[in-house]
Amino acid sequence: MRHVQIGGEAHRVWERGQGEGLGLLAGMGGFGSWTPFLECLSGERRVVVPSLPGFPGGGAGHHKLDDLLDWIGVTLDLLEKAGLAGSDLVGHGPGGLLAAEIAALSPGMVRKLVLIAPFGLFDPAEPVADCFARRASEIPSLFCAQPQAFERDLACPPGDDEVEWQLTRLRASEAAARLLWPIGDLGLHKRLHRIVSPALLLWGSEDRIVPASYAKRFADAMGRRPEIRSVEGAGHRVDLDAPEATASAILSFLRKAA
Amino acid sequence: MKILWFHLMPYTDLPDDFKKKHPSVWVDIDSRLFDPAKAHRMYNDFMDELEFAAESGFDGVCVNEHHQNGYGLMPSPNLIAASLAMTPSPNLLAAVLATTTENAAIALCGNSLALYNPPIRVAEEFAMLDCISGGRLVAGFPVGTPMDTCYAYGMNPSQLRQRYHEAHDLIMKSWQDPDPFVWNGRFTKLRYVNLWPRPIQKPHPPIWIPGGGSVETWQWCAELDYVYAYLSYFGYQAGQATMHGFWEEMRRLGKDRNPFRAGFLQFVGVGESREEALDLYRESAEYFYNRCLHVDARFAAPPGYTSEATVRSKVVSQVLQAAVRATDARAFGAPSFEEIVSKGYVIVGSPDEVAQQLREVAVSLNIGQLMLLLQFGNMGRELAFYNTELFAKRVMPQLRDLFEDEWENRWWPKPLADPALARPRELAH
Repeated sequence: MRHVQIGGEAHRVWERGQGEGLGLLAGMGGFGSWTPFLECLSGERRVVVPSLPGFPGGGAGHHKLDDLLDWIGVTLDLLEKAGLAGSDLVGHGPGGLLAAEIAALSPGMVRKLVLIAPFGLFDPAEPVADCFARRASEIPSLFCAQPQAFERDLACPPGDDEVEWQLTRLRASEAAARLLWPIGDLGLHKRLHRIVSPALLLWGSEDRIVPASYAKRFADAMGRRPEIRSVEGAGHRVDLDAPEATASAILSFLRKAA
Repeated sequence: MKILWFHLMPYTDLPDDFKKKHPSVWVDIDSRLFDPAKAHRMYNDFMDELEFAAESGFDGVCVNEHHQNGYGLMPSPNLIAASLAMTPSPNLLAAVLATTTENAAIALCGNSLALYNPPIRVAEEFAMLDCISGGRLVAGFPVGTPMDTCYAYGMNPSQLRQRYHEAHDLIMKSWQDPDPFVWNGRFTKLRYVNLWPRPIQKPHPPIWIPGGGSVETWQWCAELDYVYAYLSYFGYQAGQATMHGFWEEMRRLGKDRNPFRAGFLQFVGVGESREEALDLYRESAEYFYNRCLHVDARFAAPPGYTSEATVRSKVVSQVLQAAVRATDARAFGAPSFEEIVSKGYVIVGSPDEVAQQLREVAVSLNIGQLMLLLQFGNMGRELAFYNTELFAKRVMPQLRDLFEDEWENRWWPKPLADPALARPRELAH
């Protein structure tokens, strides 16, 4: 593990595996530990996971970011400092929104692009769920088809301080809210035509937050026709519901497109 | 001490099965329950009640801001405040002359600053109200609840406090800087800030901060010398921890124990006897605690609304507590009237009993600005008048002297000595 400095904040960068770098921008909640999903990916690629502001390992710099442009700027800094300029990039949920923005606005930064259930589009006829207006008991089944997978991920890692861990989770929710609140159209549709990298759109068929039908909305607007894959039976956090299937879909796309 | 009459303006006609059939009184409350013709009556009754309180000798009247809320019909409290700010009616004048009391202060508690764009709108409207009322305005600046700000008005919970603080700084400067200035804020940019009209009270109307219980708010009030007003719906017993925390923080910061630094809200029901009072206020108390506080926990804790420091200190907003309780049927399912009374949510009794209890509350919590809810829940106008009148005549005189000799109330309006009088002109026939 190493850290890179951006605007006075230290951002954790995890790196495991051999071969070409594969950047990964985490989804809702971020990564509290090296998960089975990351482990699967690192079997074939050198997986590099920089932490976004406010997400676990990402410091508290989210308080300085006021709009989407601020987030895009800091994400560009983060990818460059993590050595990911020009690498393949995976982004999930809010990380997917940022990966799509980077690919649209700075095409040289991203070679191949994988978007897992990204935020950024909004259709009032089939709205993205308000995951910020939920009772705590509803959250696991909202994010995962197998709620126990989500609960396992939420649990404090052995040896960590319980209070600090809860604050870490809370900060990750706040960071996502800071970027996405109140979850509506973020203008990404005006830029999607600029994405010309080979791309994969990956969705859990049971996504209860960003409906799987959004894959078509993204694909129709992108500058180059992406591949669309569904992870059957998985929810929004496909990486928790089906770590192997998700990693395998990503790796096979990256292999093929090469 | 100062005694103020607070109106929440609750919708008084929520159905008996409201709690069973509807998920929330707030944010996504079923609009089909709202009957505008009934609301017409309610608003007019409520405004009569506020005027009656002012006529009865209360030191001030309070109104506040809520959105998409079944127990608060004032998205714009400023509109109500304007009607109260107008030159005294003949009735009020007679009362003022008879009792030699001053015109009541108007405690606008207040406007959620981050919701106004640009925030100088608040500075303008408050300045208007201060001019119209002849300098009787108390300027309340709440952050606002999660339900009002983040859900009903879509404000980003992670930015809410940053925007609130910037709006506060802008408003205060706009009231005090005599020259046009540029505001190049983080969230608001204005090339020409030049307030017109400006408040009567110099350097500015007294500032009260209605708050839940965050340590940062206490520190901020201490630093800027503002009143901290704890608007609790759960009475003095539940309020003890918060007010103790507040005074402990004041002590730590080297501030005096001037009770006028603190405001507190308390529900009260007065009858000729305790038995009569218990009989009179049962229905409206149960209506408030069972229907009006039926808030869906989904809207209680948007991420980032509560600062990490406050989460750490485990002092959470009382509104949040209410919402959390509301989801746990056993903890806050349907408090009976007996619980409501025994836990002190509502102080009920004869005039002497109420006076004695309130005196104890004010002394033990060290409260100089006591705000009272004498209309609550579905209480009708006649009972509200009765409660108000009995309180004014038989309770208030027993409380008035408290703290007055010992401490100066530096947070009270300073109205004009010779305010304009109402001069209605007869129609020519």
